[in-house]
Amino acid sequence: MKRIYAREEYCVGCRLCEIFCVVGHSKSKDIIKTYKKEPDRPAPRVAVWEDGPLSFAFQCRHCDQPSCVEACITGALSKNEEGTVLCNEDKCVGCWTCITVCPFGAIQREEGEKKKIVKCNLCSGEPEPYCVSHCPNRAIVYEERGVE
Amino acid sequence: MGFSMLAPEYRVDRDKDRCIDCKVCVTQCPYDVHYFDEEEEKVFAREENCVNCHRCVVLCPTRALIIRKYPLEFRENSAWKDIDIRQLQKQAETGGILLSGMGNPKPLPVFWDKILLNASQVTNPSIDPLREPMELKTFLGRKPERLEIGCDGSLKTKISPQLELSAPVMFSAMSFGSISLNACRVLAEAAEQLGIYYNTGEGGLHQSLFKFADHTVVQVASGRFGVNSEYLKIGAGIEIKIGQGAKPGIGGHLPGEKVREEVAATRMIPLGTDAISPAPHHDIYSIEDLRQLIFALKEASDYEKPVSVKIAAVHNVAAIASGIARAGADIITIDGFRGGTGAAPTRIRDNVGIPIEFAISAVDNRLKEEGIRNQVSVVAAGSIRNSADIVKAVALGADAVYIGTAALLAMGCHLCRKCYMGKCSWGIATQQPHLVKRLNPEIGRERLVNLITGWKHEIKEILGGMGINAIDSLRGNRHMLRGVDLSSRELDILGIKAAGE
Amino acid sequence: MWGSRKRLNRKPIEGDVRIPSGCAVSGIMNKKGKLFSGETIIQSISIMRDRSNGLGGGFAAYGIYPDYKDFYALHMFFESEENQREVELYLKENFLVEKGERIPTRKVPVILDSPIIYRYFIKPRAEICEDVCMTPDEFMVRQVMFINSSFEGAYVSSSGKNMGAFKGVGYPEDIGEFYDLESYKGYLWTAHGRFPTNTPGWWGGAHPFTLLDWSVVHNGEISSYGTNRRYLEEFEYECSLQTDTEAATYLFDMLLRRHRLPLETACQVLAPPFWEEIERMPEKEKETARALRMVYGKGLLNGPFSIILGSTNGMVAINDRIKLRPLVAAEQGDMLYVASEEAAIIEVCACPSKVWTPRAGQPVIGRLEEVDSWVSVC
Ligand code: SF4
Ligand code: SF4
Ligand code: SF4
Ligand code: SF4
Repeated sequence: MKRIYAREEYCVGCRLCEIFCVVGHSKSKDIIKTYKKEPDRPAPRVAVWEDGPLSFAFQCRHCDQPSCVEACITGALSKNEEGTVLCNEDKCVGCWTCITVCPFGAIQREEGEKKKIVKCNLCSGEPEPYCVSHCPNRAIVYEERGVE
Repeated sequence: MGFSMLAPEYRVDRDKDRCIDCKVCVTQCPYDVHYFDEEEEKVFAREENCVNCHRCVVLCPTRALIIRKYPLEFRENSAWKDIDIRQLQKQAETGGILLSGMGNPKPLPVFWDKILLNASQVTNPSIDPLREPMELKTFLGRKPERLEIGCDGSLKTKISPQLELSAPVMFSAMSFGSISLNACRVLAEAAEQLGIYYNTGEGGLHQSLFKFADHTVVQVASGRFGVNSEYLKIGAGIEIKIGQGAKPGIGGHLPGEKVREEVAATRMIPLGTDAISPAPHHDIYSIEDLRQLIFALKEASDYEKPVSVKIAAVHNVAAIASGIARAGADIITIDGFRGGTGAAPTRIRDNVGIPIEFAISAVDNRLKEEGIRNQVSVVAAGSIRNSADIVKAVALGADAVYIGTAALLAMGCHLCRKCYMGKCSWGIATQQPHLVKRLNPEIGRERLVNLITGWKHEIKEILGGMGINAIDSLRGNRHMLRGVDLSSRELDILGIKAAGE
Repeated sequence: MWGSRKRLNRKPIEGDVRIPSGCAVSGIMNKKGKLFSGETIIQSISIMRDRSNGLGGGFAAYGIYPDYKDFYALHMFFESEENQREVELYLKENFLVEKGERIPTRKVPVILDSPIIYRYFIKPRAEICEDVCMTPDEFMVRQVMFINSSFEGAYVSSSGKNMGAFKGVGYPEDIGEFYDLESYKGYLWTAHGRFPTNTPGWWGGAHPFTLLDWSVVHNGEISSYGTNRRYLEEFEYECSLQTDTEAATYLFDMLLRRHRLPLETACQVLAPPFWEEIERMPEKEKETARALRMVYGKGLLNGPFSIILGSTNGMVAINDRIKLRPLVAAEQGDMLYVASEEAAIIEVCACPSKVWTPRAGQPVIGRLEEVDSWVSVC
């Protein structure tokens, strides 16, 4: 399946990926409205890790055998036909089991009051993930690399 | 820093209606301009640090930023312009030589803009490059005066080694050290993809770029950094750098902080030491000495590479060029007074040398008068900005041109001219790891290849318009040029007629 | 008067400015060297009257002076008798002058303002040639250039052996009549009708342009003129007329006589194959073609042209590399015909055994039989 891969050698730590992930999951999908008028805007599903000059963007790996899906107590998490690991918000009860089992720490709690998790959904429905298309330096790419 | 009398040069205008305090500008400005105030939860700027590199402007996701000239007026004075006063103040604070990056920015005339091109109408047809072949192939190197061909059509004359270019343009000398390895890589990959050459500059050749050697001209400068027999043998050509348009008469200077591990290894010098090239080559004090070096290099490379000699365009450039041709150089490279650089003393950059347009004309004339123009190649450099400049340079008499600044601009440079500070926000003129990676060579290569590809199309269009289908027929074809706004003396030196003549 | 190059207050003429022109050309030769009268070529060129505008016509004829074949035949125009005297004095100092005479002309109502037209059969003085270390040919070349550039009111219209150029301002058929060319017999004739785009009407500016026994008639405008000219200047050719024909003639002279290139090779320099084509050539051929373009790039004649080069040894007709000007060739027995238009051939040879349109850049070579080297070895 097509996955997102980080190329840390070109990541400049700008965090535009995080910013646009939020925009992509907002109501308006307009950057200024999202940040100025949507106090309940979603949390970013991608996080930039940084240590000195090293930085890279990281999000859900959409594992072939996802521990989170196995562990989810309500069946909110599932793997669809394309292989994307998705969360059905209606079913998520905020038990955080998935957060504890994800070996990569790729699952976040939603911001604010909502007791739900957020995780990368590969921007399903978009031609290319928001983070990838807005990275200024092609430091994240969305491509088919075969079996890992 | 303490108190400074210098007022800021630029003002950072942040549109608060747009700014979302995302801190992208904060992470991206290498000059510590933008900062996030935790208490206010807002982004602010220390404007006095801004060098107007546009990094924050381009990356700001909401287009909230505009950098403007600081609207501070000095009392009007036509002798003491703002720039003169500022430079003086700066010097009074530091007591040092003023340094600058890139080429001469002074409002001296750009003669390219005073030369206009010709096109065919009626008496001979223009040629459509979309329908007819249009040839830009160029060979640089020594040519015999005549060929000997047997009656069966076989070639009896041996031709010296040549550089074969798909178009009359190359990337000029920019050393690893003055620019980043990623930037060198962009030049190398683009040169390979385009079928042209790039020049290593005086910093040696990094191991990882050996695979592009067939498209590399290796430079030997007065500091001899990185020069060894492998280096001389591996490239497609060798260039002896005598001088450079931005700083005729002085050598290169790479500050110690840019000499990190890889640079030190490539240059074969200790880590962190300043790499200072002597002003002259200490084995070249005269033209006979140059001859010896030319032949020493030819000997060392088994006579398999053309040798170029690069000089700055100075007053007596024609005579010097003729001497160089006679000393055995195969290619003469002339760098005009607008040529770029990583660092040069400002006063030298802004006041020494002559415009490349005149230099090409003078050199071409002199070599022609001596009947040796057909034997050597002439490459012009220094302020070639676009395809029309190339066409004009070739029509004045150059075989090809070198572009430096233009290539860097294609990679992302915004010409803030602070290369000498080593903090290039676009990852080009820097060695700092977190900045170097800002230039993704893949993107840089694509952009540079795009630029030259676009230029090739344009040159073909222009040639076609002139009714010419090979660049050979443009060389020295000054009939294709007319001058506007030039004195008759200037027209004479350029060897062109005035518009309307 | 016939418009001296040095006269004040005159319209600009060749040498002062570049004058583009369109034209008609025709060339006829007998490969066995059999002589025929000038009537044929006049007939051929006159059919293309549309391609000229009466501002220049001319002919080159080979084999016309068998009695003086060891002498350079100098055809000259003079503006006045005084000009003539000066040149004659100079000729006597430097040459053996075997004979000097007025070239016979007829009165033709439409030919006006003709200059004094003379011919001299001369040989350079051996001791002078030796003194300056030059072959007689080289010496002649320099002298002709010198006379043309330094003598007031005098112009050398041709200077080869056993050949001559007959040219002037008018339609070519009228010029032919004026010079009474029916009465000359030659084995090779070329002709030219000119259509210049402005109107100097100077006799010296008409075609053919000649140098030694090279004569060139040409239809076209060469866009590479500036490049070609600078290249030639490097080899000390002075392009004083600023015409394409002059440049083409000097290029032929340089390539064939001075660089001793084979004829086909010289033609390849003027109209070289494209790089694409070169890449597809067999190895040896490719090597030569590459080298030629590398070394003689500035000799490429770029832009539309069809040229006929006449010489003692035969003629060559060649087109530019993308055939922007017309050229047709035909054969019948020992006769070879080339012309801008097929009509000009059919007019004088009703059923040729072969008629063809030469491909761009492919020369049509008519070699006089029993001549193996094109260049007269001096
Ligand atoms: S947008 Fe790209 S360069 Fe910027 S932090 Fe994210 S991955 Fe790195
Ligand atoms: S793919 Fe979409 S959801 Fe996943 S991290 Fe990137 S922007 Fe966010
Ligand atoms: S990058 Fe633009 S939007 Fe973000 S903090 Fe800076 S000015 Fe504001
Ligand atoms: S120095 Fe460059 S990045 Fe920093 S504020 Fe100025 S323009 Fe923006």
